[in-house]
Amino acid sequence: MSDKIIVSATINDEPTDMLVSQRDSLLEALRAAAGALGVKEGCNDGNCGACSVMLDGRLVNSCLVMAAEVEGSEITTVEGIADADHLHPLQQAFLEEAALQCGICTPGFLVAAKALLDENPDPSEHEIRYWLAGNLCRCTGYDKIVRAVQQAAAGTT
Amino acid sequence: MQELRYAKVGSVDDAVAALQEGGPTARVLAGGTDIIVQARARARDIDLLVDVKGIDEVMQLSFDADGGLTVGAATPCYQIYGDAAVREHYPALIDCTTLIGGTGIQGRASLGGNLCNSSPSGDSLPVMYVLEATAELAGPGGRRTVPAEDFCTGPGRNVMQPGEFLVSLHFPPPAPNSGAAFLRFIPRNEMDIAVVNAATQLRFDGDAVSWARVSIGATAPTPLLVPEAAAALVGRPLSDESIAAAAAASKAAARPIADMRGSIKQRKHLAAVYTQRTIAIAADRARG
Amino acid sequence: MVTTEKPDYKVVGTRPIRHDGVDKVIGRAEYGADIRLPGMLPGAVLRSPHAHARILGIDTSRAEAHPGVRAVVTSADFPSRQGEEGEVGRADNVLAHDKVLYVGHAVAAVAAVDLHTAEDALDLIDVQYEVLPHVMDVRDAMLDGAPILDEKLRTANPDGSQGDTPTNVAQHIRYEKGDVEAGFAAADLVIEREYGTTMAHQGYIEPHNSTAYWSKDDEVTIWTSTQGLFAVRDAVAGMLGLPVKSVKVEPVEIGGGFGGKIPDYLSAPAALLSRKTGKPVQLTMSRKDVLEATGPTSGTHLRVKIGAKRDGTFTAMQAWMAYEAGGYPGSPMGAGTMCVFAPYDCENQLIDGYDVILNKPKTAAYRAPGAPASEYGAECVIDELAEALDRDPLELRMQNSATEGTQRADGFTYGPIGHEECLQAAQDSPHYQSELSGANRGRGVASGFWFNIGFETSMAAQVQADGTVPLVMGAVDIGGSRASAAMQLAEALGIAAEDVKPHIVDTDSVGFTFLTGGSRTAFANGWAAYECAMDIRRQLEERAATIWDCAGEDVSYGDDGVIRGPNDEDGAAQEFSFKELAAELPNTGGGIVGRADVSKTSHGPAFATHIVDVEVDPETGKVEILRYTAIQDAGTAIHPSYVEGQMQGGASQGIGMALNEEYIWDEKGRMVNSSLLDYRMPTALDLPMIDTIIVEVPNPGHPYGVRGVGEVPIVPPAPALHAAIYDAIGERMRMLPMSPTRILERTLPDDD
Ligand SMILES: Cc1cc2nc3c(=O)[nH]c(=O)nc-3n(C[C@H](O)[C@H](O)[C@H](O)COP(=O)(O)OP(=O)(O)OC[C@H]3O[C@@H](n4cnc5c(N)ncnc54)[C@H](O)[C@@H]3O)c2cc1C
Ligand code: FES
Ligand code: FES
Repeated sequence: MSDKIIVSATINDEPTDMLVSQRDSLLEALRAAAGALGVKEGCNDGNCGACSVMLDGRLVNSCLVMAAEVEGSEITTVEGIADADHLHPLQQAFLEEAALQCGICTPGFLVAAKALLDENPDPSEHEIRYWLAGNLCRCTGYDKIVRAVQQAAAGTT
Repeated sequence: MQELRYAKVGSVDDAVAALQEGGPTARVLAGGTDIIVQARARARDIDLLVDVKGIDEVMQLSFDADGGLTVGAATPCYQIYGDAAVREHYPALIDCTTLIGGTGIQGRASLGGNLCNSSPSGDSLPVMYVLEATAELAGPGGRRTVPAEDFCTGPGRNVMQPGEFLVSLHFPPPAPNSGAAFLRFIPRNEMDIAVVNAATQLRFDGDAVSWARVSIGATAPTPLLVPEAAAALVGRPLSDESIAAAAAASKAAARPIADMRGSIKQRKHLAAVYTQRTIAIAADRARG
Repeated sequence: MVTTEKPDYKVVGTRPIRHDGVDKVIGRAEYGADIRLPGMLPGAVLRSPHAHARILGIDTSRAEAHPGVRAVVTSADFPSRQGEEGEVGRADNVLAHDKVLYVGHAVAAVAAVDLHTAEDALDLIDVQYEVLPHVMDVRDAMLDGAPILDEKLRTANPDGSQGDTPTNVAQHIRYEKGDVEAGFAAADLVIEREYGTTMAHQGYIEPHNSTAYWSKDDEVTIWTSTQGLFAVRDAVAGMLGLPVKSVKVEPVEIGGGFGGKIPDYLSAPAALLSRKTGKPVQLTMSRKDVLEATGPTSGTHLRVKIGAKRDGTFTAMQAWMAYEAGGYPGSPMGAGTMCVFAPYDCENQLIDGYDVILNKPKTAAYRAPGAPASEYGAECVIDELAEALDRDPLELRMQNSATEGTQRADGFTYGPIGHEECLQAAQDSPHYQSELSGANRGRGVASGFWFNIGFETSMAAQVQADGTVPLVMGAVDIGGSRASAAMQLAEALGIAAEDVKPHIVDTDSVGFTFLTGGSRTAFANGWAAYECAMDIRRQLEERAATIWDCAGEDVSYGDDGVIRGPNDEDGAAQEFSFKELAAELPNTGGGIVGRADVSKTSHGPAFATHIVDVEVDPETGKVEILRYTAIQDAGTAIHPSYVEGQMQGGASQGIGMALNEEYIWDEKGRMVNSSLLDYRMPTALDLPMIDTIIVEVPNPGHPYGVRGVGEVPIVPPAPALHAAIYDAIGERMRMLPMSPTRILERTLPDDD
């Protein structure tokens, strides 16, 4: 009763073939078949943002995408944000501003914040909060996360 | 996640065929932000997901001043609110598409999915109602057009027949001196299902309101058009009295249930409050 | 920062980048669910649909026969079912035995080739239940004639006696000081009010998970998201009837806990499945499981009564508090009773607390467990007193504040504490000094107290030839404790924080270490790091003495990290920097390891005062937070950014609990809002920046004055918001959460 299929996608610039079940989500596929364990599951129903990835240039919750849908797509996860020898300014800012405590939400926030800055390099505090409202963090109260995004924006603009 | 198959279709005919063949347990997959949650919770019997996002017509977004706006059933929210023409001519669509879910949800969620999910609290539905949107359906018997306000028949239920699916939504061009607005009440500032939502469209002829539509959601098994509220506004200049009368009409029309998201009294009260607030914004927009 | 005088630290008080930071921002940090072992099988847990039922039988045969299923376990697979009592490891809570006591109670677990198959198989397990009447309200559960959950339970009374009839009241605690009757008689004003709070969840973003491998030689290894590696080891060994030496718990990153990851839910079933299959088994919870089946904090019902003289002096304080324990005894009622009036000095106090079981999930610790509810009641009454006496609420608190020497009702006498300093800092803060104007706006303040705890901590640090110092420890790092331990070690050695490399290791590789919780970790790790450093310093002095061929006492290790000896033959000063001496180690007898096993009770109580401005939409009942300032005595802030982070995080959890978070039940005892959509934790858009003022009244019982900071900031938000909402719209909200629905219920006219 195998319902398995092979889905080919470019993940963090690497062409990748994933053997998945038709009922796997993209989140499950990324973690199991592509080894992208930086993508986290917090709720599995679209409410926490821990599973945030870029799908063809768009921020999505990977728990609400079917793996089978991404054939031929480009996907970026937290693992694909830094280049070979440099952290992305957002990653650096998160470290400097102490924008993480337990760190489980961090991959999702970084992907989402990068999507924001790519689209709007100089967001207001309200715009940052609005854009990140789909990413829950229970440890920080968001203050330092918002500041880290502001800092990264200031450094990149 | 229940056991299911995934099929991607590239044309309207293929979609109809796949749905017909799959029977009642085959469902359209648009942005997946409702259906995947439901399949995972095993809340609905689903064994085939028919992905319609490969069909151009279902992913379109086009506006012309005479014809109006056509939005593909699966066109995601972010594309709608990122569109200059929509921003200019349909601000009420911006109101609702920018607050469905968070940014990640808006990357996928569609108006078609919102309508076909047919939840009483679907945030784009009151907007479709007041903007006089129509839904274009394709099915084994060909195409037909249904006014948005006739589409939903109950929570999770609608007029679509076996094998039928939604291709696109059409919004007529806004009339001169008209304005529309949408608001909802949620306990947080994002990421909640509406306790009550409301939309209003107004047209002015000079000082007087010449035409109006008011719709409220999450107050009955389907969103409601409230003709009594519209009637309270039409034929006279907007005044505190006419707005209050419209608000009272919404409250009277609301027949909500009590659930974890709100009480009956709260919902009836909010139906009035949000009717009033959307009228004010719609009027401002109409007056430019 | 408000600081009394402080030594001239070089590392303490700075803000280095945490050692584990890079892995966490590039997605490489390994959390429990990221464990991948050869042959590993995923599994799923079957949970009770009933709030209260007897299990008449469980038939697993259909599930076992399902293709892809490898094993099914139930409580019958426990060798002894002798798990230790209490919250950490109760076998019955992990897999129900004769009864299910709440919806979500685990009944069976399945391991299969993939998660989908395991979940499919759950539907094939046939459980026969006899549904029993359930009880969901703490007051109802205390009534005679209430459905009884445990026929054997008898109340443990304050005098040490036991009740003689079946009951749901597991324990009654009473603390008494002075004479409350006389105190109330002496009062010019007495205010007595009732309050209620609902269950609220810790809401950590990482769901529980555990991976277990039971080897052929009966050695069990566990990887699980827990706040206490040793706590899991002991609990699992107890439940599985194994000697402690047969269980090893490996450290993994933990995605939040806040107290909720002290109990272990999945490790024992995973181990049983592993024994049956011979393969490692990984169990993970869904968010629904987390909300329905892991310990939230108790809902409570409280009555608080305070008497005061016209001049503001409190003459008597009394509280009656019932805490929901969930299906098994063990709510945080005990701590709640000790905390309720802890910030104040009052001669006459009477405090009664009740631990009550009912058909809700077994509660677990949640940040300052028990305190947010009880202190909410007390602080709200104090706000009413301030109003009635026409006094500034900070000033009234100052007048009655506990100080060094104040004795709490439970008998504890304070050393140096910082409540008055917090109140003063609040009074002086730009926030309190600012004007708040505008319709429907209001300001509120409140204080909070939490003990902080000590307990056992073990550490070892070795000096490497390049002058770096790997540090191994057993306390899980939830929010930067590797960094704070490394910084305190570095301070004591006079080296840079970056030269310390902190590691958390498995339970076989370090001495017993109590769990991460109770705001103890920075405190106790600090003590251990300090003693490790002293051990290293002694050994380095000896080594230098050997090199210089002088007496040990002629060598001294300075706080600047310079080791000084007697002058050489030519009269020149002899000294080594830490790095220089480290480089000599390989040639002079080998490496050096410093060790410490500490168990300190000199933890220092923490106080906090918060200020909040709100605007209430009178038409919707929605509360918008305009401005928020958290003030707290940290003793000493080792890494101020992480202290601020704890204050901000604690405040935001308190705000969530105050405004929107609650468990909502249907008439069958099912939680209806078991998702993060409807269990409404604050989003980024719901909060403003949270300003912090760190007060530093050093704890004399710690080498660097640390008090522990994690928990107290969750206490003041609810009463501060209560006061602010009252100030804005004139309504006293005495039930948490103060949600729009509840506020509108109060403000809408009846005929509306
Ligand atoms: C975290 C979160 C937050 C949310 N917040 C909101 C909110 O604020 N407001 C709100 O209104 N909703 C909200 N939703 C619900 C959901 O996002 C919306 O209803 C969305 O518009 C659904 O669109 P979709 O494209 O994702 O639909 P899908 O999930 O793909 O489909 C929804 C339903 O419609 C059917 N369907 C979809 N397209 C068609 C078609 N073309 N023809 C026939 N049937 C079709 C599907 O079979 C399914 O039954 C939220 C959901 C999540 C997970
Ligand atoms: S796991 Fe996808 S949004 Fe939470
Ligand atoms: S840092 Fe722990 S959830 Fe954000």
